[in-house]
Amino acid sequence: MEIGKDWSKSYKISSTAKDRRLSIYLSGNFSIKNLNDFTVSIRDLAEKQKPAEINMDFSDVSYLDSAAALSLMQIQKYFKAQNIKSSFVNLTGEAKRIFSVIDEQTLTKKSCKTEKRPDSFFVQIGDAFIQLMRDFIEVVEFVGELLTALLYTLLNPRSLRVKDVLFYMKRAGVDGLPIVGLISVLIGLIIAFMSFLQLKQVGANIYVPSLVSFAMVKELGPIMTAILVAGRSGSAFAAEIGTMVVNEEVDALKIMGFDPIRFLAVPKVIAMIIVVPILTIYADFFGVIGGLIVGVTGLDLTAHTYLTQSLKTIKVFDIITSLIKAAVFAALIAGIGCQRGFKVRSGAQDVGKYTTSAVVSAIFLIVVADSIFAVTLYYLR
Amino acid sequence: MPPSKNESIIEVKNLAARFDDNIVFENVNFQVRKGEILVVVGESGCGKSTLLKIMIGLHKPYAGSVFFQGMDIVRADEDQLQAYRQNIGVLFQSSALFSSMRLRENIALPLQEYTDLDAAMIDSIIRMKLAMVNLAGYENHYPSELSGGMKKRAGIARAIALDPLVLFFDELSAGLDPVTAVELDDLIIKTNEALGTTMVIVTHELESICNIAHRVVMLDKSARGIIASGTPQELKEKSKDPRVRSFFLRQMPEA
Repeated sequence: MEIGKDWSKSYKISSTAKDRRLSIYLSGNFSIKNLNDFTVSIRDLAEKQKPAEINMDFSDVSYLDSAAALSLMQIQKYFKAQNIKSSFVNLTGEAKRIFSVIDEQTLTKKSCKTEKRPDSFFVQIGDAFIQLMRDFIEVVEFVGELLTALLYTLLNPRSLRVKDVLFYMKRAGVDGLPIVGLISVLIGLIIAFMSFLQLKQVGANIYVPSLVSFAMVKELGPIMTAILVAGRSGSAFAAEIGTMVVNEEVDALKIMGFDPIRFLAVPKVIAMIIVVPILTIYADFFGVIGGLIVGVTGLDLTAHTYLTQSLKTIKVFDIITSLIKAAVFAALIAGIGCQRGFKVRSGAQDVGKYTTSAVVSAIFLIVVADSIFAVTLYYLR
Repeated sequence: MPPSKNESIIEVKNLAARFDDNIVFENVNFQVRKGEILVVVGESGCGKSTLLKIMIGLHKPYAGSVFFQGMDIVRADEDQLQAYRQNIGVLFQSSALFSSMRLRENIALPLQEYTDLDAAMIDSIIRMKLAMVNLAGYENHYPSELSGGMKKRAGIARAIALDPLVLFFDELSAGLDPVTAVELDDLIIKTNEALGTTMVIVTHELESICNIAHRVVMLDKSARGIIASGTPQELKEKSKDPRVRSFFLRQMPEA
């Protein structure tokens, strides 16, 4: 039974045959680790000798574990099916104890929970549709509760957990500065470079700064920032609240008389509404810087010309609508992140499932909201 | 199974544990005899769980050794530790069943990983182990569908899947009602008697200790080590140490 022992050599099986009566002598160690080996040996012996009766002698067995004992019982059953009488003889006290805990009836006992057969294709589609509707109703309910909680906070500003708001502002905003900055510079670079390749054919390089600043401020700045924040913070909110549900912390809040939405969701939503527009301005700025790098190094424009051209294109209206968009995206990301977190019921798998769902749903809602903004703003102008 | 008088299966030698500069315990020495149920007791923070984690190879001690069949697991390489872990089973405080898997899959995991048994044999072993812990028929249940006591029993079924030589239990009856705790104690005794498995149990449940322990090792926070060892009866009746007496008689130490 030592570590690293060669189990295939730790047992011996010998036999004697007389008058179609086979005696099999087992000696050494019989365990789960050599179970396949000794099972084959015993069956081979029986196949060769074709006996009418088999005795398995345990007097020299020094170690027997439960899996090996189970296997020997199954061999006995196999012999019975072959019309061979078999018995265990000279069982040691230890072996007797092990055999005594194996209840053969439980091995064939029907499971008290049968595995559900998969539903038909149409039932699955129906279920998915019902689930989608339920999900929609739950989101609407949550939005209602969240708006009530926000209104309550607005009317009772002292109830707001300012410390939590500052904490989430740091987490979602300050901690996100490097990645938002880097991605925005790269996006600005890419747009400038791609537009330069096209515009140089008609000698319209001077429009590259306008294109970059227009695209960044109106669309890409808010959208890219929102997608990054959804990946970073929306998922974190869902995982945090989900884990709290699993640990019964949310139940504890309810029992202590706190509204979990007001306690957990409101600070996150307010923090995000404050910080995401600021991050968007920051992203716009770095996007323009990205374009500037291409403009100065590739288009022979001076930094002054590039920036003047950029600023010419951007209107105050565009910046304001960009900020409004960012605030709406922030509310959507935080809201859906918290709602998905509250949906967790049990276990690590549920947390993973709803964290993923929080990110996917947030990105979907961002795109839907952006489409609505695009159409509305077109008519407003 | 009665413990072997002389043959030790685990030997803890001069073991010391620290967290940063805080000494948890030092100079801890004891042996675990083959087939015995050894219970490690002591107040919260005395290092019981740390000791257990060192013994199962999850934590490295500050100093000392833990010998299993002559191999020092503190200095063992990853392959040796892997071989050691196939010879031990652990029941964690929370049972640590994988929530995304049915009981069948939880128990099958070590069998599929470490043996070359066919699916039918693995299924028979799963059913046998579940029957041993009185959970016959529950193979298709998820852990979330079980009560606390059932989760512990399912955890034991998984821990004994490979018929380990030593079983370790961390806070065996934590969070269980007294009736379920007694049922679990009976199961421990039955498993020890039937399979002859050596058991190391960390607990501070007095009733459990008196029910199941062949021998007790008592750690103390202020002494930073072992202050007593012996059978529960010996410690309860013969010990003169006020800390031991207070623990076993559940009263304040004399001033």
